[in-house]
Amino acid sequence: MNIVVCLKQIIDYEIPPRAFRIDRQKKKPAMPDASLVIGPFDENALEVALQLREKAGGGRITAVSMGPESAIEALRKALAVTADEAVLLSDPAFSDLDPFGTARVLGAAIKKLGGADLVLTGRQSGDWDAGQVGQLLAEELGAPCVNFAFRAEPGGDGRVRLYKETPGGAEILEAGTPVVATVTNAETNQLRLAKVRDLMAANRKPVPTWSAADLGLDPAALAAGRIEVLDLYVPTYDARCEFVTGETPEDKASALARRLVELKLV
Amino acid sequence: MPGIVIVATAEGQGTNPAALELLGGGAGLAKALGCPLEAVLVSGSGTDPAGPAAKLFAGGARRVYSVRHERLGNGSPEAALEALTAACRRAEPRVVLFSADRLGLEVAPRLAHRLGGSMITDAVALEVRDGDVVATRPAFGGKAMEQVAARATPQVVTVKLRALEPAALDESRSGELVEVPVDLDPGVDRVKLVERVEEAAEGPKLETARVVIGGGRGVGGAENFKQLEELARVLGAALGASRAAVDEGWVPASWQIGQTGKAIASDLYIAVGISGASQHTAGISGVKTIVAINTDPEAPIFERAHLGVVGDHKAVVPALTARLKELLGK
Ligand SMILES: Cc1cc2nc3c(=O)[nH]c(=O)nc-3n(C[C@H](O)[C@H](O)[C@H](O)COP(=O)(O)OP(=O)(O)OC[C@H]3O[C@@H](n4cnc5c(N)ncnc54)[C@H](O)[C@@H]3O)c2cc1C
Ligand SMILES: Nc1ncnc2c1ncn2[C@@H]1O[C@H](COP(=O)(O)O)[C@@H](O)[C@H]1O
Repeated sequence: MNIVVCLKQIIDYEIPPRAFRIDRQKKKPAMPDASLVIGPFDENALEVALQLREKAGGGRITAVSMGPESAIEALRKALAVTADEAVLLSDPAFSDLDPFGTARVLGAAIKKLGGADLVLTGRQSGDWDAGQVGQLLAEELGAPCVNFAFRAEPGGDGRVRLYKETPGGAEILEAGTPVVATVTNAETNQLRLAKVRDLMAANRKPVPTWSAADLGLDPAALAAGRIEVLDLYVPTYDARCEFVTGETPEDKASALARRLVELKLV
Repeated sequence: MPGIVIVATAEGQGTNPAALELLGGGAGLAKALGCPLEAVLVSGSGTDPAGPAAKLFAGGARRVYSVRHERLGNGSPEAALEALTAACRRAEPRVVLFSADRLGLEVAPRLAHRLGGSMITDAVALEVRDGDVVATRPAFGGKAMEQVAARATPQVVTVKLRALEPAALDESRSGELVEVPVDLDPGVDRVKLVERVEEAAEGPKLETARVVIGGGRGVGGAENFKQLEELARVLGAALGASRAAVDEGWVPASWQIGQTGKAIASDLYIAVGISGASQHTAGISGVKTIVAINTDPEAPIFERAHLGVVGDHKAVVPALTARLKELLGK
């Protein structure tokens, strides 16, 4: 089974609100020194792929990322947890694409790879939080899409069994291939740590970079986005925290209990 | 004339509650743009669309496109996508409004792709500016807000629950009911349901509980959640968690509160060992009073909390439980 996992490199999502800076003119974050990470749901998607390969007793995992040259770090991390291959999609024409443009590029890359049985994405990136690319990719590939998947297993007759989180519990689904699944986090799909030996091997692996021309895409057509960001700003909140005081933790707890009762909150 | 079309699902003789919010918000846009307000009604084959359609007319829709199929009752996004595509080809909307619920999250972007339109997710406000519908939405987990306009039609938008003022119902209003036949592509069978697993639900539900207690990475282990359970019992509270506590494998994913977990709207929320990442606080904006217990006085949660205790939960929580038991006579 051929599995493609789409990984986006993003600004560290745990930067606290007070440290978050934007350039309102450029309508972009402005934190040149911020660390870059893989989107957390993309990491879950990678773990789902690794577990599927284990359960199937074989298969090929290709990690794909569209982004600047720095995104090679995200791909190296995927190789270090034993993804089989990685491809970086990088071209000036790929910067600032909207989700439709992103899905077009990822779709073209997957076709160039010869297609895939299962394409995994995160349910949502951790920067612009669009929550669209996985589904748009399904349309690009003419495949069905299973959303909020948290686990995958080999199914009968070359099908894939996908576990989908629902508001009331879960659904177990079987999909013919190709299929796209967007992945949500669960207790069971946090990305494993890389072994030291695999880390070194990952650094030696060649990672090809494909440009718009390699994918047969027209930069002008890509640039014509379907949405326009008019403004980006930082919201403000005006909560004032009343700190409950006391000598010991027990005193503080007592004071809090009294306040909760006084305020009729309990 | 291309109008504003809202997407509603039939629920018994009425519709999903969010449909009224979409009608309320949609009416403002339709008025500003001088275009009609219409609805697409999705129902399983057992339902008579007349009842739900009457509610949509009462809420201000002038025309209702009804799509009905037995496959539409079971939550399959593939079937809903086919049906909504057929309805929108017929309605030729300028703007399509979905609620940002499962149907909206799963179907709206693909619908926009099929219709050659644009897509904006998670809008919290909509306005007309220079003839454009501009949506405001959070980005970067809520650390920023962006305002977005469409450069392709139709403009498909999913709107967060409770973001728009619901339409007032006027039962004297009526409109035109248009049945749109749906031929489901056999392709919708490419995904088959094998089994549905219901989650064992005990105690108050997170989404509707009056009091919620949330535990984070700072709780330090699955066994420590027992202390939170004690406190929850005394307060009749529901238990929730941050993503980090789920990632650690301490609690089930269904406990997750936040942008990609459950949104709560309790009177009281007690956050224990939670730093207050924006993606977490995105799920507690409907809470009236937020209390935080955290060892770090600099934790961002204190910027959103109304009452704070700087301290170790291992000492504070059991003492709080004991004291509340006394005060409440339990
Ligand atoms: C797209 C996206 C979606 C996300 N969705 C969600 C979501 O829906 N919900 C969610 O929660 N997160 C979500 N996250 C993750 C979020 O960014 C944070 O990583 C997460 O909320 C952190 O959880 P935490 O506060 O428990 O952990 P930490 O940030 O590690 O905080 C632990 C806190 O515990 C305190 N502490 C430590 N020891 C003690 C002690 N003994 N007593 C008291 N306090 C102590 C520490 O001071 C610290 O403040 C999302 C992220 C992304 C990118
Ligand atoms: N530039 C990218 N490179 C690789 N994968 C991406 C990229 N952008 C988005 N994705 C994938 O699509 C998912 C949803 O992204 P989004 O629609 O931007 O929220 C992410 O979780 C990734 O798996």
